[in-house]
Amino acid sequence: MSDTITLHVARYRPEVETEPTFQEYQTPCRKDWVVLDALNYIKDKVDGTLSYRWSCRMGICGSCGMTVNGEPKLTCATFLTDYAPGPVRVEPLRNFPIVRDLVIEMSDFMRKLVQVKPWIIRADEKPLSEGEYLQTPEELDEYKQFSMCINCMLCYAACPVYGLEPHFIGPAAIALAQRYNLDSRDQGARERMDLLSDHTGIWGCTFVGECTKACPKSVDPAAAIQRYKLKAALSWFKSFLLPRGAS
Amino acid sequence: MSQTPIYTEYHPRWYRRRTSTYWWLRRPSYLAFILRELSSLFVAWFVIFTLLQIHALKQGAESYQRFVDWSKNPVVLIVNIIALFFVVFHAITWFKLAPQAMVVRLHGKRVPAAWIAGPNYAAWAVASALVAWIVLGG
Amino acid sequence: MTKKSLEPFLWTLFSAGGVLAALLIPIHLLLFGLAVPLGWAYPSYEHLLVLLRHPVTRVYLVLLCTLALFHGAHRFRYTLYDGLQIKHLNEVINVLCYGGAIVGSVLTVYLLWRIP
Repeated sequence: MSDTITLHVARYRPEVETEPTFQEYQTPCRKDWVVLDALNYIKDKVDGTLSYRWSCRMGICGSCGMTVNGEPKLTCATFLTDYAPGPVRVEPLRNFPIVRDLVIEMSDFMRKLVQVKPWIIRADEKPLSEGEYLQTPEELDEYKQFSMCINCMLCYAACPVYGLEPHFIGPAAIALAQRYNLDSRDQGARERMDLLSDHTGIWGCTFVGECTKACPKSVDPAAAIQRYKLKAALSWFKSFLLPRGAS
Repeated sequence: MSQTPIYTEYHPRWYRRRTSTYWWLRRPSYLAFILRELSSLFVAWFVIFTLLQIHALKQGAESYQRFVDWSKNPVVLIVNIIALFFVVFHAITWFKLAPQAMVVRLHGKRVPAAWIAGPNYAAWAVASALVAWIVLGG
Repeated sequence: MTKKSLEPFLWTLFSAGGVLAALLIPIHLLLFGLAVPLGWAYPSYEHLLVLLRHPVTRVYLVLLCTLALFHGAHRFRYTLYDGLQIKHLNEVINVLCYGGAIVGSVLTVYLLWRIP
């Protein structure tokens, strides 16, 4: 195996370019290096003008999502040797506007995240003196998978529906809404329903399933959306049969 | 409900790529998705074919023979072979995705995906055998 | 505003039709689209007519055909949205897809209503 590898890195400098171009870099290809290590090497040793986001480099912060050889990946968890002998194409996440080089604009996602009210909503708050809301391991198990999301937006980059319809609330936000809907301590499912059962919510999803494949945390947003569809369909029939006082 | 994405209002320099009309050619899994969705056309074709068959059966033995002769036409035969490929693809993908959409619990524990997909395939085999037996038997 | 949306209902038809289509259409097509024309199987006209006269067969065929049509219509509608990016033709597509399914369903019921 050669000890260097070629990276084709997408560059976009809005002050000089009207659209992204690629720049070629040679970096060492060490066995223990991930794509993010190669980018850090470029930034430190070769070209300090390259811009990208990263923080924890251990798959927790969700900052370093990029498109590696066409696939949405956390670059901190994507080994260079898997792409040897190269070249490796590194681009910003798809479906988002590009601010600079590998940095995308995420405020649309951040706004959607807040819209689904991802916090515990109580109809009747009990006083602190009565202690915490208890939960059994089975009740925890019900939503735990959906609580593992790190907001890395790989699922949005993988989702063709989001690419075609920017209003689509999208995989991570719906999965997170389900995380709270399924939480035994939460009573806010109704408040989230109008937004989620809109045509820009669950009904926009055509179950491509790419979000689940892209997710580095096995959250399975596609499953969250399909389960919510089933629930929404049931409650539709319920409200049809019992027009008054429906659940 | 959802406002217009407020993205570029003050930032005309952000670069936005429009999704190509041919996005489904970009990755094999996208292509598989669009082929799965196109099975809908062949499901519709099956219904048309079946309605023609029922109509012919009602008209009498001669008319039914004409329908069978028509279905021997190479063009019809090829369409049916392609349709069969697509509906089998639909069936496989449908059963494969079913466990994602439904959660079955037994004694408070989530039943593993294979336990849901397995019976689906078994039901497929049983239903197929039953239809074949009723149509061919007797 | 979304409460009275038809989408949950259409999705239910889509799902029910999808299950029936997956379970039953392959064997139907294999039998009547391939086996009979290629001479692998010879179900007699009389046998098929007896089957068709049976009320259970007719209910079965009505359910299979109508739900399969609504399944196909729903899925094809979204394929047009996704594959060709023609969401602005929303109304035309809806009328063509679901309208087609309704016409086909009426035709199915009409054909199977009376068997001579």
